[in-house]
Amino acid sequence: MKIGVLSLQGDFDAHASSISRIGGKAIQVRKPSELSALDGIVLPGGESSAMLKLLEPELIAELQSVLLKGMPALATCAGVILLARTVHNPDQASLGVLDIDVQRNGYGRQVDSFIEPSLRITDEGRAALQNAQLMNGRAPEIEAVFIRAPIITRVGSDVDVLAQHDSQPVLLRQGSILAATFHPELARTISPVYMLFSHLVQADDGLIDVDGSLLLR
Amino acid sequence: MSQDHLPRLKVGLAEMLKGGVIMDVVNAEQASIAEESGAVAVMALERVPADIRKSGGVARMASIDIIENIMKAVSIPVMAKVRIGHFAEAQVLEQLGVDFIDESEVLTPADEHYHVNKFDFKVPFVCGARNLGEALRRVSEGAAMIRTKGEAGSGNIVEAVRHMRSLTSELRALTTRTDEELVTVAKELGASLELVKLVAKEGKLPVPNFAAGGVATPADAALMMQLGAESVFVGSGIFKSEDPAARARAIVRSVTHYRDPAVVLEVSRGLAEAMPGLEMSQIAPEQRLQERGW
Repeated sequence: MKIGVLSLQGDFDAHASSISRIGGKAIQVRKPSELSALDGIVLPGGESSAMLKLLEPELIAELQSVLLKGMPALATCAGVILLARTVHNPDQASLGVLDIDVQRNGYGRQVDSFIEPSLRITDEGRAALQNAQLMNGRAPEIEAVFIRAPIITRVGSDVDVLAQHDSQPVLLRQGSILAATFHPELARTISPVYMLFSHLVQADDGLIDVDGSLLLR
Repeated sequence: MSQDHLPRLKVGLAEMLKGGVIMDVVNAEQASIAEESGAVAVMALERVPADIRKSGGVARMASIDIIENIMKAVSIPVMAKVRIGHFAEAQVLEQLGVDFIDESEVLTPADEHYHVNKFDFKVPFVCGARNLGEALRRVSEGAAMIRTKGEAGSGNIVEAVRHMRSLTSELRALTTRTDEELVTVAKELGASLELVKLVAKEGKLPVPNFAAGGVATPADAALMMQLGAESVFVGSGIFKSEDPAARARAIVRSVTHYRDPAVVLEVSRGLAEAMPGLEMSQIAPEQRLQERGW
């Protein structure tokens, strides 16, 4: 399982550690050519405005191309802002492949950053965890570290909300893209969000389908 | 919020700033140029270190109006400096809502014996260090990020290189020590045995380690990254150069692609003059900012 991590700026090291903990190999991605032959891609946390300046047109085009073709992706915090359809506070450009609108720094400044010990998991979230065989009788607790996090202000019709904080969507899935406004890569133990991502990657490999049953091929 | 969450939130923000450039700015206009050039954060100051060095006198926390204007101008994190040991300046900055505090040797120290107890604050702190002992003592006081001291405002990278090399070679040596040796090493470093054992096991600091002090060119930034820095602070190096916006963009790209000389070459082409530099022998020992703190 070769997982690329967009490593222009941000907490790409923390993601690389999480990837090795789920048995994958992390590949740093800074150029378009480094996006080939990957089983999945991570868009890490960091400063989205700085990442945008470092994303050259060829890399943007290649990222959009692999994501639209269905490469499994995990976007966290700034990564979600990069993928969103529309970004506010302030308005800024984005890749537009994820049908949501976001407001940057939605909770305020660093002094307003917080940890939610256990997110509210929606019915769609339960179904996704069930398919990935992560339920074990009941839903696992998802701890969420929010650091200068964005708030999602609109969710498109093809986007499933998997978990909420204060009735606001914070964990979403659109096709093979998993998006968290928090930082599963900073969880103390391996986050269920990472296990869900691992499942998406394995399903895409043709090992298992998205309903969790083995495919005969 | 439970107290054990705080260290994770503080170090978490430091993690987000990795692979980036933090730029010193003295007004909202410079802050916007820094953000537009791809800075991950700005450091709000009244004067950049090169000017502090020239004008002498007591250097204090920047005026609140300057910091507030900078906070309004940009969406990236805003840092500000307090004098070593001046916990009341830090309380004011936390109240104002700055995102990171630098307890900095660039300002005139307020306390000759004690640094700020950084565990008392919700806002994260960064502190300077010249070697492993200094770094671990700052971590023991609650620092969420360490940076080399270098020699601020000199435009000379030699001291930052010395400090980064000391830190990394001491870290490497620590990993080879036996348990009974670590007891003596902890005493020599002036840090707790528990922390020293943890660092010996991991082979790295428990908080991100950035470079600062004397970075003036894209190659300076690439040098510090290859020596083990995880991000770079640029003080006087940008706004004391001839074309700050172009130099800022070049240093940002150089930090991201620090292992790729082709990119560092490309961004170094056509840059206007760098800031003037000072040879270390031109700076009298009592004027060296790095000697402040312990």
